[in-house]
Amino acid sequence: MTASRTSVRSYTRDEAGPGPGRAGLGVTCAEGGSLQVPAHVEYEKAASIEHALELLARYGPDARVLAGGHSLIPMMKLRLAQPEVLVDINAIRELSFITLTDGELRVGALARHAQLLDSALAGQLFAILHDAERVIADPVVRLWGTVGGSLCQADPSEDLSAAFAALKGTMVIRGPDGSRAVSARKFHSGPYETVVGAGELLTEIRVPVRPGGGSAYLKVARRVGDWPVGAAGAAVWLDGDTISDAGIGLTAVGARSFAAAEAEEYLRGRRPTEDTFGRAGEIAAASCRPVSDQRGPADYKQHLARELTIRVLRTAVRRAREPQLAVPS
Amino acid sequence: MRLTITVNGTEYSRDVEPRLLLIHFLRDDLGLTGSHWGCDTSNCGACVVCLDETPVKSCTVLAVMADGRRVLTVEGLARGGRLDPVQEAFAACHGLQCGFCTPGMMLTARWLLDHVPDPTDAEIRAAISGQICRCTGYENIVRSVRQAAAVRAEAAGQADPEPAG
Repeated sequence: MTASRTSVRSYTRDEAGPGPGRAGLGVTCAEGGSLQVPAHVEYEKAASIEHALELLARYGPDARVLAGGHSLIPMMKLRLAQPEVLVDINAIRELSFITLTDGELRVGALARHAQLLDSALAGQLFAILHDAERVIADPVVRLWGTVGGSLCQADPSEDLSAAFAALKGTMVIRGPDGSRAVSARKFHSGPYETVVGAGELLTEIRVPVRPGGGSAYLKVARRVGDWPVGAAGAAVWLDGDTISDAGIGLTAVGARSFAAAEAEEYLRGRRPTEDTFGRAGEIAAASCRPVSDQRGPADYKQHLARELTIRVLRTAVRRAREPQLAVPS
Repeated sequence: MRLTITVNGTEYSRDVEPRLLLIHFLRDDLGLTGSHWGCDTSNCGACVVCLDETPVKSCTVLAVMADGRRVLTVEGLARGGRLDPVQEAFAACHGLQCGFCTPGMMLTARWLLDHVPDPTDAEIRAAISGQICRCTGYENIVRSVRQAAAVRAEAAGQADPEPAG
């Protein structure tokens, strides 16, 4: 035990200087050695949505909402996020629901990934959500990470952003003047950026249940918990033997708004055949602009976009033809 | 800010900085060094503890987020001087080599068995898939969890025998 003790438990500056590659971040713990910890931050615990909005209004752009923290806290350690104040919403029970209301699946922003994966309702209505949740992070992280937190993190490789884009869901955002609804495809304003403004809170995601629907998600990743090399999701709605509507979501492959709008346009009104899937995969891949990185070269990611799109379309159509859950009107 | 956490059945109150991570609170403030501080990036799972009923990577939780909650660490697994069946099984089946990942593995195993009393190997492997054993001793870890499940099933069978006839 080397660190001096004060009445308020604190980290102390590493007198030996920061370690390599962590300039300015080195602090010591009581055991000695350098570690990576968040910068100084204030903390407020919100007891209700109204309280959270009041706190967010008080602190403005200096505040960040803290939900599961499994994206935000690592970002804070790396100084990629440096909020002055954290508004902890974990105590707001009213944000943790998963319900079928007025013909829509409604998922509270604070629903944990594990909760969505355990929801038979969500899985029966939209299998894509269970497909995606099975491959998000790892089981322990899924117990704490939240649906809303992942969406608001807006990582360009995030899975649910693609899944909700495929489902053509809607995000509900509460602010001081009430709620507004934003389409999933207009929710992100850029990498790590959303349209949720200072003083606003994502409260829920809604997906309308339409007859004849089926959906699926597939991801290629190097190992559990890593970012995907590429992933695709599809939702199709059949009218007899015709695709009446389709949604294709893509992540990690440089797809605009996590979607492949041209491929969806091509699918509408066509018969769900292998040729149709193949052509849709080609169109989807052509609309992507992946970048080469340690997870693979751009042309491989483009190949994944095509192949995964074909596979999820195939599964989504098969599922659309299976007996459907009766939805009370 | 003032923080009150019940750790392994004992209530602790401390003044902490909001940025203090739960793993450092447990290790440095309470001296509970059974939970290990590993990768610091929520990848390795050496720091897994249970927060209320749920395992969490404590390098990615602020201590203040645990205010008013219960924490279970490896030091609290044994009850009344008796090791938890998971601990017994890890010892019996050589479920540890260097031991660094072991506390986190055991807490996740305990949680798994509380929810899935008789897991398949695939379920065990999935449950610990966010935890890394750098000795690569996964075979014996899986065997240990299976053994803990078997011991428990046997104990339950003895406590509640099948009606005769």
